[in-house]
Amino acid sequence: MTSLDGTAPATANLLRQGLRNIGDMIRIEPKRFAIGAFGAMVNTATTLFVSYVIGWVVGQVAVPAYENGEVAVGAVAIGVAALLGTSVLRFASMCARRIGAGAMMFQVQAHWRRQVTRRYLALPVSWHQKHPTGTLLSNANADVEAATRPLAPLPFAVGTIFMIIVAMGVFVTIDWAIALVAVCMFPVLFTLNAVFATKAAPRAKRAQELRAEVSAVGHESFDGALVVKAMGRETAETERFTASTEELRDAMIGVGRLRAAFEPAIAGLPELGTLLALLVGLARFETGAMTLEELVMVSFMFSVLAFPIRAIGWVLGDLPTSVVGRRRIDHVLAAAGDMEYGENAPEHDGRAAKLEFDSVAYAYPDGTEAIRDVSFTVKAGRTVALVGATGSGKSTLASLSARLTDPTAGAVRIDGVDVRELTHPHLAATCSLVQQIPFIFDDTVRSNLALNRPGIDDTRIWAALADAGADKFVGDLEDGLDTEVGERGTTLSGGQRQRLTLARALAGQPRLLVLDDATSAVDPKVESQILSGLKHSSDAASVLVVAYRRATIALADEVVFLDGGRITARGTHAELLAGHQPYADLVTAYEQAEAEREFDEETTA
Amino acid sequence: MSEQTNAESNPFATLKRGLQLSPELKRGLGFTIFLAAVTALGRLVVPVSAQKVLDNGLFAEAGPNAAYVITVIALGAVVLGITTAANFLMNRRLFIVSETALANLRRRTFRHIHDLSMLHQQSERRGALTARVTTDIDQVSQFLQQGGMVLVTSSAQIVAATVVMAIYSWQLTIAVWIVFIPVTWLIKWLQGHLAAAYTNVRVSVSKMLSAVSESVVGAGVVRAYGVGARTSARLDESIEEHRGDQLKAIRRSAVSFGAGELVYFGVNAIVVILGAFLVADGSMSVGELTAFLFLVVLFTQPVVIGTETLNEAQNAVSGWRRVLDILDTAPDVADPKDGADLPEGPVGVRFEGVRFAYPGGEEVLHGIDVDIAPNRKVAVVGETGSGKTTFAKLLTRLMDPTGGRVVLGETPLTDVKFSSLRSRVTMVPQEGFLFNGTLAYNVRFAKPELTDAEIYVAFSELGLTDWVEALPNGLETELGESGANVSVGERQLVSLVRAYVSDPDLLVLDEATSAVDPATELRLSSALDAVTRGRTTVIIAHRLSTAETSDEVLVFDAGNLVQHGPHADLVQEENSIYAGLHNSWIEQTRSS
Repeated sequence: MTSLDGTAPATANLLRQGLRNIGDMIRIEPKRFAIGAFGAMVNTATTLFVSYVIGWVVGQVAVPAYENGEVAVGAVAIGVAALLGTSVLRFASMCARRIGAGAMMFQVQAHWRRQVTRRYLALPVSWHQKHPTGTLLSNANADVEAATRPLAPLPFAVGTIFMIIVAMGVFVTIDWAIALVAVCMFPVLFTLNAVFATKAAPRAKRAQELRAEVSAVGHESFDGALVVKAMGRETAETERFTASTEELRDAMIGVGRLRAAFEPAIAGLPELGTLLALLVGLARFETGAMTLEELVMVSFMFSVLAFPIRAIGWVLGDLPTSVVGRRRIDHVLAAAGDMEYGENAPEHDGRAAKLEFDSVAYAYPDGTEAIRDVSFTVKAGRTVALVGATGSGKSTLASLSARLTDPTAGAVRIDGVDVRELTHPHLAATCSLVQQIPFIFDDTVRSNLALNRPGIDDTRIWAALADAGADKFVGDLEDGLDTEVGERGTTLSGGQRQRLTLARALAGQPRLLVLDDATSAVDPKVESQILSGLKHSSDAASVLVVAYRRATIALADEVVFLDGGRITARGTHAELLAGHQPYADLVTAYEQAEAEREFDEETTA
Repeated sequence: MSEQTNAESNPFATLKRGLQLSPELKRGLGFTIFLAAVTALGRLVVPVSAQKVLDNGLFAEAGPNAAYVITVIALGAVVLGITTAANFLMNRRLFIVSETALANLRRRTFRHIHDLSMLHQQSERRGALTARVTTDIDQVSQFLQQGGMVLVTSSAQIVAATVVMAIYSWQLTIAVWIVFIPVTWLIKWLQGHLAAAYTNVRVSVSKMLSAVSESVVGAGVVRAYGVGARTSARLDESIEEHRGDQLKAIRRSAVSFGAGELVYFGVNAIVVILGAFLVADGSMSVGELTAFLFLVVLFTQPVVIGTETLNEAQNAVSGWRRVLDILDTAPDVADPKDGADLPEGPVGVRFEGVRFAYPGGEEVLHGIDVDIAPNRKVAVVGETGSGKTTFAKLLTRLMDPTGGRVVLGETPLTDVKFSSLRSRVTMVPQEGFLFNGTLAYNVRFAKPELTDAEIYVAFSELGLTDWVEALPNGLETELGESGANVSVGERQLVSLVRAYVSDPDLLVLDEATSAVDPATELRLSSALDAVTRGRTTVIIAHRLSTAETSDEVLVFDAGNLVQHGPHADLVQEENSIYAGLHNSWIEQTRSS
């Protein structure tokens, strides 16, 4: 888990940041917020009105009934009608409040999810490699939820503030002494809530981080489930997971202890206030400053106020988590280093493209050089094989060709134009990269091949499948092209997945095809068919192929031999075989091994 | 584990099973409920005090009695203090108990997912599996800490309010309950609708997560093919669908919450009407009626809040259900009870009429009979889809055959204790998964007690010293998530070393060096041979060079074992599958 921001949020800042976050969200969805807040205000106003009705009922119904021994039916009817009216109004306004709050929250969530995932799509592959999948998933899900959490009680809280103002007005008009009790109680309650919210901040942040960590550990472990199983490491993995889980548990208990201390106080204070109001009210009643009706109404108001005030507490209580969630969202939204695409989309006649590496170097962010000073050209329509030992930089060259990364020095050019100047659609249409590990979308075979690219119809799909040697197994699938292949293509074998990704590349009829050891699970025969097919068809593509098989290499017009990130030899296969010993050692390894074996057998015979 | 059954299954059954599987939750539950009851009692302080003050303080026969009022209010404040303390203790207990229990539940579910068979694991989305040990349990915890306690205190409050109301006026109390009962039916009916809405929300959230994970994991492909627009359209669609489902759920929830308002109106109206008559005929005092009106709030508030909490409960219960469904799934490839340990030393393998079909699929292995003697090096060859990998998975008991049996040494594979099996039999799959950690961490995954020196020795025994030394930080080099910092071939090297240090008696390599260059592959292979003495090795061969140096070769074709013998013999069999494969191999590797 990468900590995004090591410092705990300063408590003073927290409230400001939390309120600013809420302000931002209101600006995103002002209309829905207004509906929710208006509903809440009407709702709280009716809550107060109920107090008035209750006070009126006691004064106009109960007391006369007690004094006269008979019921004033008219007054009862008025009371019941008033109760019914306020109830209907309360129901309608409550629906407005809740649906408004929900609609606002869900809209804002969707808004941020769209933004976050847009960033995921725009940021370079290198950025993705630096962030665990689990963290990125949690940014788009849990963090968005955390950031928007205060929105659910927000309209309610706004309504409550409105209600407090109205109630204060009522108290002041009734009696200054009662108003004084309220003036004392509300600020204390608010302070208590604020202190709790800010104290909980660092703990909530920690819990949130740990939750992401638990998620990352779980995700990774289930991703590697086969290895865990094959090596019988279930217990060790469970221990690793348990360690994070227990940290999370302790953090949550920490949050809980704080909550346990504050919540009862926050709940109990308004009740204490009501008792106080009774006491003061009684004194004022005796002096004749207040009527009985007013006394009942005032104490009733204190008791109905107790609950809605909690809504303010909820908003404040959610602030710390929301600030943390918002920060993590902003971290994604603010991530720089987008791969900017150029404006250039040169005209072409549909024939093969020329690929040129000009003094290219690539170093990882930590400074380790993967390749340096690499220069070579794949002439239009030619096939160049990249050969080198494991770890010599071949895959890096392949991803530079398709511009998954940019070189740290030098330039990669297609048809003489720096790839950084090309538009994304032009680049994608020109060059197709087939990676070593096939990636299959959770979709149908057809969608996996077409990817909504224009001009790819079923005829072209079947042709591409045939070229990749995949037509037979796809034809055998129950639903043919409409077969759903499942998440990451789990219903297919490794070789099948690889052939589908090959077919995907071929279906786009690229002018440059980059195969990064993309045929390791494909039968050699199929591989040579693909390559010779590409070479001899009329609209031949240029091919850059990372390969080990001699037959594949032999099909290439030129071989580039990489050693330790540099080109140490170039030429035809025959030239290198004769003139460059490391190359000869690598590609004739099998023959040499066989010869040695035969020699051993002969000498021991 | 379909979402449908979740919604339909009885929430009480889930709760019961959940408590069964987390007995920690039950510990001290009685005391917690007692504290909850005391807390609820605190809510009665205000109305009772109000009644006492009005009746005995204001309308006292001897005129207003200030001393009495002060005593009542002071007493009320003391009771309030006590109940607040009870509230504090209850909350504390609740957090500690629930977090402890749920941490254990997380751990157990995590372990159980690993214990499920490979097939089962693959049938679930990884994101969904992660959700089982994270968000699903989070929901349960949130519910227990907030909603659950609210439910308990609410119920206690309803009971307490009823008791006090009955003391003031039994007639009015009965009337209140007569209004209240039909409303509970209505609430229950509305809950059913809500449950369905929340199930939809869960389904759409998991769809959305899977779309997000695709945009993250498949970032390279999305870039290379310039299909960002397609991916964002899919994302937007799933995000929007999720939003729509959430909105539908909140609408239903608001309406059913409104049912609480109905209760409030109904109860209030009845109290006003009947109360007026009761006061008139002298069977109730003004103070009692006032207190009653207060108590009505106490009575209806929990109903309103309780409805709210029941909504949360729906979510929590279905989350809990999904977790329990995992825990209640018996692993189909299970560790045998009273399983046997494998005898010491190299181990042979026998397949007796072994058949295999994937669930709901056609048979992919059609009766394999083969005997592999201890200490042999066996290559398994065949075209893609011939059944080689299935053979390897059955051999290591990642799956169980659908017919026949596999015998390891003299023990049927299904009778071998997992601890013994996994330490003696190791398989290196083609896509060897690496963990986000250092090189040393990944090697130690197989054997945690290894020292750095021992790891170095392992690398040098396999002729990989140069490679390790070329890494920026040697053994301490961070390999990145899934080994992203190194190439695929290098990942395979690490996987192989990892298997090598685990020192198994039966080593199964499933095309474990397919992305490694030929020279390195041969170096590894001869290094393995040199140290393979006393070990049985089965290699699913990608390159036929392996077959040439093996003691014997198994040739698979379309799910059948068609040839078996030493390379030299098989290659002589004219027009045989193996001869064909071998010719093609020679063509591939020897053409100038």
